Amino acid sequence: MSYNATAKFLQRVLCKQPLGVRTYSVEATFPIKPIDTHKLENTPATEVQINKDDAISYYTKMQIIRRMELKADQLYKQKIIRGFCHLYDGQEACCAGIEASLTPKDDVITAYRAHGWAYIRGVPVCNILAELFGRKLGCAKGKGGSMHMYSKNFYGGNGIVGAQVPLGAGIAFAHKYRNSDTVTVACYGDGAANQGQIFESFNMSQLWKLPAIFVCENNRYGMGTSVERASASTDYFTRGDYIPGLRVDGMDVLAVREATRFAKEHAVKEGPILMELVTYRYHGHSMSDPGTSYRTRDEVKEIRQNLDPIMNFREKIISAGFVTKQDVATIDAEVKQHVENETAKALASTEPDFDQIACDIYVTDTPLSIRSCNIYNQLHHQPSV
Amino acid sequence: MSLLRQSRNILSNLKAKSLAKRLMHFKFEPDNPSTNLGPTENMNYLKALTNAMDISLENDPTAIIFGEDVAFGGVFRCTVGLREKYGSDRVFNTPLCEQGIVGFGIGAAVAGSTAIAEIQFADYILPAFDQIVNEAAKYRYRSGGLFECGKLTIRTPCGAVGHGALYHSQTPEAYFAHSTGLKVVIPRSPIQAKGLLLACIRDDNPCIFLEPKILYRAAEEEVPVGDYTLPLSQAEVLREGSDVTLIGYGTQIHVLKEVAELAAKDGISCEVIDLVTILPWDADTVCTSVSKTGRCVITHESPVTGGFAGEVAATIQKECFLNLEAPVERVCGYDTPFPHVLEPFFMPDKWRCLQAVKNVVNY
Repeated sequence: MSYNATAKFLQRVLCKQPLGVRTYSVEATFPIKPIDTHKLENTPATEVQINKDDAISYYTKMQIIRRMELKADQLYKQKIIRGFCHLYDGQEACCAGIEASLTPKDDVITAYRAHGWAYIRGVPVCNILAELFGRKLGCAKGKGGSMHMYSKNFYGGNGIVGAQVPLGAGIAFAHKYRNSDTVTVACYGDGAANQGQIFESFNMSQLWKLPAIFVCENNRYGMGTSVERASASTDYFTRGDYIPGLRVDGMDVLAVREATRFAKEHAVKEGPILMELVTYRYHGHSMSDPGTSYRTRDEVKEIRQNLDPIMNFREKIISAGFVTKQDVATIDAEVKQHVENETAKALASTEPDFDQIACDIYVTDTPLSIRSCNIYNQLHHQPSV
Repeated sequence: MSLLRQSRNILSNLKAKSLAKRLMHFKFEPDNPSTNLGPTENMNYLKALTNAMDISLENDPTAIIFGEDVAFGGVFRCTVGLREKYGSDRVFNTPLCEQGIVGFGIGAAVAGSTAIAEIQFADYILPAFDQIVNEAAKYRYRSGGLFECGKLTIRTPCGAVGHGALYHSQTPEAYFAHSTGLKVVIPRSPIQAKGLLLACIRDDNPCIFLEPKILYRAAEEEVPVGDYTLPLSQAEVLREGSDVTLIGYGTQIHVLKEVAELAAKDGISCEVIDLVTILPWDADTVCTSVSKTGRCVITHESPVTGGFAGEVAATIQKECFLNLEAPVERVCGYDTPFPHVLEPFFMPDKWRCLQAVKNVVNY
């Protein structure tokens, strides 16, 4: 799996100068909403500086995720995607902001709402969509479908609520053991924040001062239950008790970037830190949830209008003079075309071959037969390719 | 909760249903309810469960229902309307914490409540494995009979639906079959679902009630509206035959019924047995049948190795050794993780089961 397709696309967007954008400003400073802290002496900055290339890159990436998710929604309704599918639209600033302060050597692990994360960690759109369709081109060879998203330094894509967080602690231990200045970001939702495993992970991480950033993407609903109904304390950033925490505007890519920069510095030097990103999902929990029975349409509409991470960031980059409205329209059109092209590539891929059913189960030097439905017709285990 | 929205959901479900029926690997044939159970009403599997829980809440003031999103009706709509009818102190949502849900249920049950817990998918029951196996199953034994949580029933949707992939398709009956002290039940139809759920709720042992979720809307039949229970640990002979005994439970029963029809065309007479209860299971009915037919095919969706069919086969070879005309055949899921788009190959469908029938007959 390579970054190629996406990287090339971004390069094209960034390097294009047809509208003379190079004459505009190249750097700007923006205020961000104050970040609440827990057990921290220092605090992240309240203003962040950003250069034009980064800004356009964040915007483009968030827009690609948005378009990809809308495409997935559309394809789900056409029954090209079946089964379970959890969309990320509304939360784009979370993964984009965190990634902006990470290096490719840092690790990320997340739960089932993984499409945006897979993309931001380098999986091209066509491989993500192909996985959703259950096609060979998928990032897990089409063997898992939605939530089965993996790539280098991105450990998935996990289906059991909260189960990925202890893994994150283990991965963080590897960073510490190797003495590298890298971290592991372990994401979970406000729903998972009430799973016992999370607290076991906090304890181990603090005990062994692991370079872990625990990220609670608080989108305000754990499936159909609002945070107030599910959590005795909705101050998720304080729920690591002895672990310091930050509460960040998860709808602002710059605030998330700054908080992550701060958190990473802390994690490498001091040990674990918790970061609550206050965000929102526009879609229901999954495709079988219309997302309207436990929240009002007005609530969703109001957030779309006032807090949308992409719209607001677009305003910022225009006001900073990085781009004109015309430039943004061009980027949007290219993003749309890019997602269309990637969709076509994914659709052109075929379903995994039957022998894949007995592939990737074990590592073995000797031929291994996999017991099947009848004893006269055993499958042969296939080595991974 | 707006009724309008609910009905909209139901409408979209209906659309999904017609598609699901086309893709289903089995055909549901309704049973006739026993005439001495009184008047009946057409109910699907879901409604039969809701009805059973309704009766429990109404007749047993200590009964409570809890789980993820159950107050809103649950993701599969099994508990629709119960909170409105019985109040939010008896039908309530829990946070997403399966270990906590089961532990809480054990506590509520030992303190005297009839606790009906829902784990949203059987695949999610594993975080609660310790609570079920170490705490619930053995409470009576380890306290010398002073404490028990027999009033606990854990309902959980299981099984393949055509597109569930790794995290939403498994049936974990075999893991629990290894834990004495539990009862494990898998009903095949709405009539069974209602009668067995009421039996589990009233049984004085902790029960795991596995609901093949593909049947929720696909299975519909006339269900007695009154209060009735069906016996646990009692297998049911659904069709009598003389050549081969076909044994299964849950969705596989519908596969087996069709297999028996297909085999009959080839002149093979099959006896079909629904095991109904996995633990403690009814070996008598099974062994009586196999002693008669001399041949046996056992099937389940879960992977073959360590699956419950192994236990049944071992018992049969011990009890029916001199009557056996052929080795016992198992037709089960592969020893692979539950696949995504390759699910149709994984399933022990009617053609595989039929092949097994021919194998034992031609042995």
